[in-house]
Amino acid sequence: MTDRPDLENWTCPLPLRDQTAIVMGHGGGGRLSGELVRHLFLPSFGGAELSSVLEQLGDAAVLDAGGNRLAFTTDSYVVRPRFFPGGNVGDLAVNGTVNDLAVSGAEPLALSVGLILEEGMPLDELGVITETMGRAARAAGVSIVTGDTKVVDAGHGDGVYINTAGIGVVRPGLELGPGQVRPGDRILVSGPVAAHGIAVMSVRDGLEFGSDIVTDSQPLNGVVGRLLDSGAQVSMMRDPTRGGVAATLNEIAASADVGIQIVESAVPVPDDVRAACAFLGLDPLLVANEGRVVVFVRADDADLALDVLRQENPAAAIIGEVVEEHPGVVVAKTGIGGTRVVDLPLAEQLPRIC
Amino acid sequence: MKYLDEFGDAELAKRLLDDIAASTTSRWALMEVCGGQTHTIIRNGIDQLLPDSIELIHGPGCPVCVTPLETIDRALAIAARPDVIFCSFGDMIRVPGSTDDLFRIKSRGGDIRIVYSPLDAVRIAQQNPDKQVVFFGVGFETTAPANAMTVKLAKQQGITNFSLLVSHVLVPPAIRAIMDSPTRRVQGFLAAGHVCTVMGLSEYEPLVEEYQVPIVATGFEPLDVLEGIRRVVLQLEAGQAQLDNAYPRAVQPQGNPVAQQVVGEVFETCDRQWRGIGMIPQSGWRLNAHYADYDAEKRFEVLDITTMESPLCRSGEVLQGLIKPNQCAAFGKECTPRTPLGAPMVSSEGACAAYYQFRRLEVSV
Repeated sequence: MTDRPDLENWTCPLPLRDQTAIVMGHGGGGRLSGELVRHLFLPSFGGAELSSVLEQLGDAAVLDAGGNRLAFTTDSYVVRPRFFPGGNVGDLAVNGTVNDLAVSGAEPLALSVGLILEEGMPLDELGVITETMGRAARAAGVSIVTGDTKVVDAGHGDGVYINTAGIGVVRPGLELGPGQVRPGDRILVSGPVAAHGIAVMSVRDGLEFGSDIVTDSQPLNGVVGRLLDSGAQVSMMRDPTRGGVAATLNEIAASADVGIQIVESAVPVPDDVRAACAFLGLDPLLVANEGRVVVFVRADDADLALDVLRQENPAAAIIGEVVEEHPGVVVAKTGIGGTRVVDLPLAEQLPRIC
Repeated sequence: MKYLDEFGDAELAKRLLDDIAASTTSRWALMEVCGGQTHTIIRNGIDQLLPDSIELIHGPGCPVCVTPLETIDRALAIAARPDVIFCSFGDMIRVPGSTDDLFRIKSRGGDIRIVYSPLDAVRIAQQNPDKQVVFFGVGFETTAPANAMTVKLAKQQGITNFSLLVSHVLVPPAIRAIMDSPTRRVQGFLAAGHVCTVMGLSEYEPLVEEYQVPIVATGFEPLDVLEGIRRVVLQLEAGQAQLDNAYPRAVQPQGNPVAQQVVGEVFETCDRQWRGIGMIPQSGWRLNAHYADYDAEKRFEVLDITTMESPLCRSGEVLQGLIKPNQCAAFGKECTPRTPLGAPMVSSEGACAAYYQFRRLEVSV
């Protein structure tokens, strides 16, 4: 320890200064979340040897463990309401962590589950949630091997908060990540987008609307495994959860320092989801998904990758490509032939007035 | 007809664009009044596809943008009270006041709720009889009927813990103010279709007559906007000035009489401040004497809160179409969606935010 200022690891705290307290946007997966990680967490946590892993800022950290590479990830689930069409916070927590491992190129090995329960939480409801978690884990072929339970006073939690962490083994020789992304790569999505966010919103207090839209929450390790087995040269994958496809593409454009062009009409959005987005004034590109993967693949292998994805979901599609122009910026060709920048959402999208 | 893609059809859009290009022989400056139309134009890149000689000026029709800072500060003062549940449409939540915003008040424990229908706020008042429930009633003629229904319902049902913070604004006086401005450049208007759906078309006739300016009621999908532009351009090229309806699937000439009735029962016209523009006479609605008990500004005694706008912000000129957002020195520098100086940078319908979100490339070039 020295008293000398550590200039090498210094990060400007300025972007944090206009918020003196945590606001909801810090958890929204948008720009505010990113600033919190880069300007507070990384400088705080990043010891010299750790920072290289943390700074990958991938869906999972990849660690060397005696010749094997382990992927390690964690995520917390505070979704309200706890039950929503097609799922609940339990299968979301399992699938989310399984998917973070899968898109890192790892076969999930085991999960941990931390439950923070609020005094008064009905046991039968908790039972439904844990049963769903077990079912989701079995469906993904992964075991829940360790856990922890804490109870907080009534009024200090939302019934149940779930943290899951997971480890998996990365395929030997597989290199994925922003460093692998090249101009010319094609960009695919594994199915129709935006259903999860709209399904949750349709039952959220104050916004309820009648719809048959259900969450897309599902484990991705199966389809990702088949994609990698096919031999398609995948350069990067990510599951577009909070902030949707737009946030994922912006993060990759920035971290790979490339431009991204998508064709808006090529992005599959179910009709009912599109209608709901239209009347709420939301952009489907910004709405969360919990069972979709965005795949970057070498141009020559795009059709092969699409075939594999379509066996799982016929709506899978090639939505765009990586370009050399406008590094860091995502541009969409609009339905009528114009163009627009697809921005990273500042925070959670809010329904418009009219 | 599913009303999803039909009005964004690429083939039909191309035909309309070709037609507009073929009809245009002079330079024309058109204003789309409504922020929803600005959003459609920028989000779809419509302005890039039009002939260079047609300029679209983005009008003052975003309710989030024109709500005065003073009103926002009053809303924040009310929302910060521990006895209040403050309900609002989603995109008003992020609008900064002079020192605070609703998100930060929420982070300090304020009870701020986003509702989709104003009537949900009345329901919340019924469910929380020991709290004061306030709905932030902003918007143009479009949102006014549902906002008016809240106090009508509250009065009918004897709900006394509900009140309305009203900042309603009206389109025709704004068009008049723009046409009376000595620096005006606008030669034709796309009138806001949803406002016309409520109010009908008759109030635009005197404006067309007096200023000899084409006004075309226009919808919000890409084809709607293109058709509105086409009809204004055809009139301008022919030297005509008429009132026209390019949105007949929603707009009836007489409007919606039921909605007009409830508005007339609850509101009265008043002078209103427009953010960045100033006071426009008889350009707003407030609760009338019969419903004065439901006026949140009076109930919570916030009328003495007054605020000045940022001197850097040129949103007034943007809203009058005198400059484009990216011609403001603060654009993208001091003023971004996360540090907005003026309201047009806040709402996704605001002209400045639309430019920032969808037009960064042009700006950086």
